[in-house]
Amino acid sequence: MSFLEYAAAPESTALLNLQSEYGLFIDGEFVAGSDPTFSTISPATEKHIATIATASAGDVDAAVAAARRAYEKSWSTLSGRERGKYLFRIARLVQERARELAVAESLDNGKPIKESRDVDVPLVAAWFFYYAGWADKLDYAGLGASPRALGVAAQVIPWNFPLLMLAWKIAPALAAGNTVVLKPAETTPLTALLFAEIVQQAGLPAGVVNIVTGAGETGRALVDHPDVNKVAFTGSTAVGREIARSVAGTSKRLTLELGGKGANIVFDDAPIDQAVEGIVRGIFFNQGHVCCAGSRLLVQENIHDEVVERLKTRLQTLRVGDPLDKNTDVGAINSAEQLQRIRQLSDIGEAEGAERWSPACDLPTEGFWFAPTIFTNVSTSSRIARDEIFGPVLSVLTFRTPAEAVAKANNTPYGLSAGIWSDKGSKILAVADKLRAGVIWANTFNQFDPASPFGGYKESGYGREGGKQGLAAYLQAAAAAPAVSATAATAAPAVSATVTKEVAR
Amino acid sequence: MSRLAVLKTYKLYIGGKFPRSESGRVYEIVGSSGEFLANAALASRKDARDAVVAARGAVSGWSKATGYNRGQVLYRIAELLEGRRAQFVDEIVAVEGVNSAVAAAQVDAAIDRWIWYAGWADKYVQVAGNANAVSGPFFNISVPEPTGVVAIIAPQDSSLLGLVSAIAPALVSGNAVVVVASERFALSAISLAEVLATSDVPGGVVNVLTGSPAEIAPWLASHADVNALDLLGAGELDWVDLQIAAAETLKRVLPPEGGSSAAAAAPSLERITAFTETKTVWHTKSLI
Repeated sequence: MSFLEYAAAPESTALLNLQSEYGLFIDGEFVAGSDPTFSTISPATEKHIATIATASAGDVDAAVAAARRAYEKSWSTLSGRERGKYLFRIARLVQERARELAVAESLDNGKPIKESRDVDVPLVAAWFFYYAGWADKLDYAGLGASPRALGVAAQVIPWNFPLLMLAWKIAPALAAGNTVVLKPAETTPLTALLFAEIVQQAGLPAGVVNIVTGAGETGRALVDHPDVNKVAFTGSTAVGREIARSVAGTSKRLTLELGGKGANIVFDDAPIDQAVEGIVRGIFFNQGHVCCAGSRLLVQENIHDEVVERLKTRLQTLRVGDPLDKNTDVGAINSAEQLQRIRQLSDIGEAEGAERWSPACDLPTEGFWFAPTIFTNVSTSSRIARDEIFGPVLSVLTFRTPAEAVAKANNTPYGLSAGIWSDKGSKILAVADKLRAGVIWANTFNQFDPASPFGGYKESGYGREGGKQGLAAYLQAAAAAPAVSATAATAAPAVSATVTKEVAR
Repeated sequence: MSRLAVLKTYKLYIGGKFPRSESGRVYEIVGSSGEFLANAALASRKDARDAVVAARGAVSGWSKATGYNRGQVLYRIAELLEGRRAQFVDEIVAVEGVNSAVAAAQVDAAIDRWIWYAGWADKYVQVAGNANAVSGPFFNISVPEPTGVVAIIAPQDSSLLGLVSAIAPALVSGNAVVVVASERFALSAISLAEVLATSDVPGGVVNVLTGSPAEIAPWLASHADVNALDLLGAGELDWVDLQIAAAETLKRVLPPEGGSSAAAAAPSLERITAFTETKTVWHTKSLI
C-alpha cells in the first residue's frame, strides 16, 4: 500500500432524513407544484435522490404574493432587533444541523464532503450570524439614518455552492427587512428545501422566505414578476445579460454576480510551495465550479518550468472520487451538461495547440467525472484562456514584467477575482492597484468571509455581496426615490435647490 | 460707429482638442425668441466613438492621480469659471431667456458645486471604503475605484448647472467621461470645455459632444468600451432601449429619475459612488 492509498472512509448518510418528494415552500408550507416534477440526482452515481416540484408561473405568483403579504403584515412591522433574533436562530439551527446539510450538499452537488463540511456549511452559519447582527444597526449601513427595505426580493442562485449562495442572498435581504422568493438551481435544490425546514423550525413568520424549485422557466417567471422590488442573481454572464435587459425600464434594483476568468499571478520571488498550494486551491477547489476560480495561471517566465513541474507532482496526489469520502479532494462534475462543456472546451484547447496534461487517475464509471487538467503553452487568444470553463481546467500563461502580468490579467471582459503571489509587499500592493477585479487575494486564494465584500468589475456583474456593501444592496435611503443622503443634502450649497428649480422652468 | 463683434465658432471637445464634427454637420442654436445665436457641431456616431477612444486613453492617468491632485485640478476649474462668470451669464441669458440674476445664480451654483465635488476627491474612499474584520489571519480592505469610461446624457433643461452636476461626480473618483450636452442649451457646454482645456484637466478626461442626444446616445449605450451610462438627461428619449442596449456589456446604468433632470442631480455622495467599483484585497498575515 503506497502512501496515497487509503481505505475508503465514506461519511455516513444515515443522518439524512430526506423526503421522497419535495413540494414548493410557499407561505410557510410545502405545497405541490403545478408543473411536472423532476428528479434530483447524485452526480457521482447518477442515482435518484428525491422528486422535486416545478413551480409554474402561477406558483411563482403565489410565492411573490405570499412574500408581499409577509412584507406588509409582519416582517416590515417587526423591529430590527426581532428580525435579527430570527436570523441568529437560523444561524444556530444551521450549526446544529451542519453535518446533515454537508452530507446532503455533497450528495446533491458532488463536491467533496471535506469542502461542504469545512467550508460551505460553516460559512452559511457565519453569513446568517454576521447579518443577524446588522438587522438592528441599519443606520450604520452607509445610507443615512433609518434606511428602508426594498420590499420583495427575487433571488436566483447557481448550483456550485447551493446552500452558501442561498445564505449570501437570504441573510442580508432579511436583515435589511425584505422578504424573499428564492429559486435554487435545477440540479441542486436539496439543501434549499432542507433550509425551508430550518425556516419552519426557527418559527419565521409565514411568507418571509419562499423557495420555488424548477428550471430556467421558473427563474424567468420570478425575475420578470411585476411585484418584485429587487432581483439578485448569481450565475452565468449570458443569463445575467438577459436579466439586465428584462429589468431595464422597471424600478427593480438589480445585483449580478456573474462569470469570471481569474488570473493567478505568480512572481519569481513567490514562496513556490505555497503558491502551488494556492494554484491548486484556486482552480481545483470545488472541481473548478467557482466563478472566481484562478483559471488562468500567469507565471513569471523564469520559474515557469519549476512551477509547472511542482504543480504536476502535486496534482498526482489529488484524490478524485466519491464526494462523500472524507479523503476526497476533487469530487464529481455537477451535471452531464457541464461535463460536456468542460470536455468540449478542453478539446478546443488541444486543437488550438495548447499542451494538455492530467495525472493518471481512475475515474468512477458511473457519474460525471473529469480529471484535473492543466494546459501549458496557451496563447492569450485561445478559447481556454478567454472562456470561462467552470471546471478543473487550468490554463498556464507566462509573463516577464509586472506590467505585462497586469496587462494579461486585465485582458478579459471579466473582472471578478485575481491572485498575486510574491514575497514583496510593495509589489503586491502596486499590482493589486492596477488589477481590474473585485476581489484580489495576495498569497492566498478563494477565501470568503461574510464581512468581506465580493463581486465583479466589468462583465462579471455589479453590486457586492458580503459586508456593509452587501447589506446596502437591499436597502434604500430614507428620503424618497433620488438617493440623496442627508449628509450630502446639508453639505450642498444652500442656494442650489431653489436655483435649480428656477432654471428648470 | 459701433464695433462689429467677433463671433465664436462652437466645436466639439474630444481628447483635449476642439474638432468640428467629422460629418461636417452643424445645427442652429437659437435664443429664447428664436434668433440665431450660433452653429453648433452636430456630432455623429464617429465623433462619439472618437470621444470614447479619447476617454479610454485618459482613464489610466486620471485614475492614477492622487485624490489630492484630482481635488486640486477640479478646484482649479472652479477658479477659472469664476473668472469667466460674465461670459457664462451672458450665454445663459441669451439661450435660456432668463434674466441675468437668474443666470448668475445658476453660474454661482455651478461653481460652488465644482468646489463641493472637488473636496470629495481625497475623502470619498474613506467614507465608502472599509477595513473588514474577517475570521482568519488576513489583512482585508475594501476600497472604491473608478468604473472607467462613463457616458453621460446631460440634463437638457439646464445650460451649466445640470452639466456640471452630471460630470463632476463622475470625475471625482477618476473616471473619464463622454458627455452629450443639452441639445438646445449647448453653448455653455462648449464654453465649459474651453475652461477645461485651459485648466489642468488632462485631455480626454472630459469629452463634450453637442448635437442630438437621440442620435448619439444609442451608439454610446451599445459601445463595448463604455463601462457606465448616466441617463440623467435622457428622460425624454427612449431610455429603456438605451438601458437594454447597455446590458450587452453589463454597463452600470443610472436611469433618469423623472421630473427636472437638473434638479434630480442634487449633489450627493451617491452620484460619486454610482460610478465606482468596490475592490477587496486580502493579504495573508504571518503567524508569529
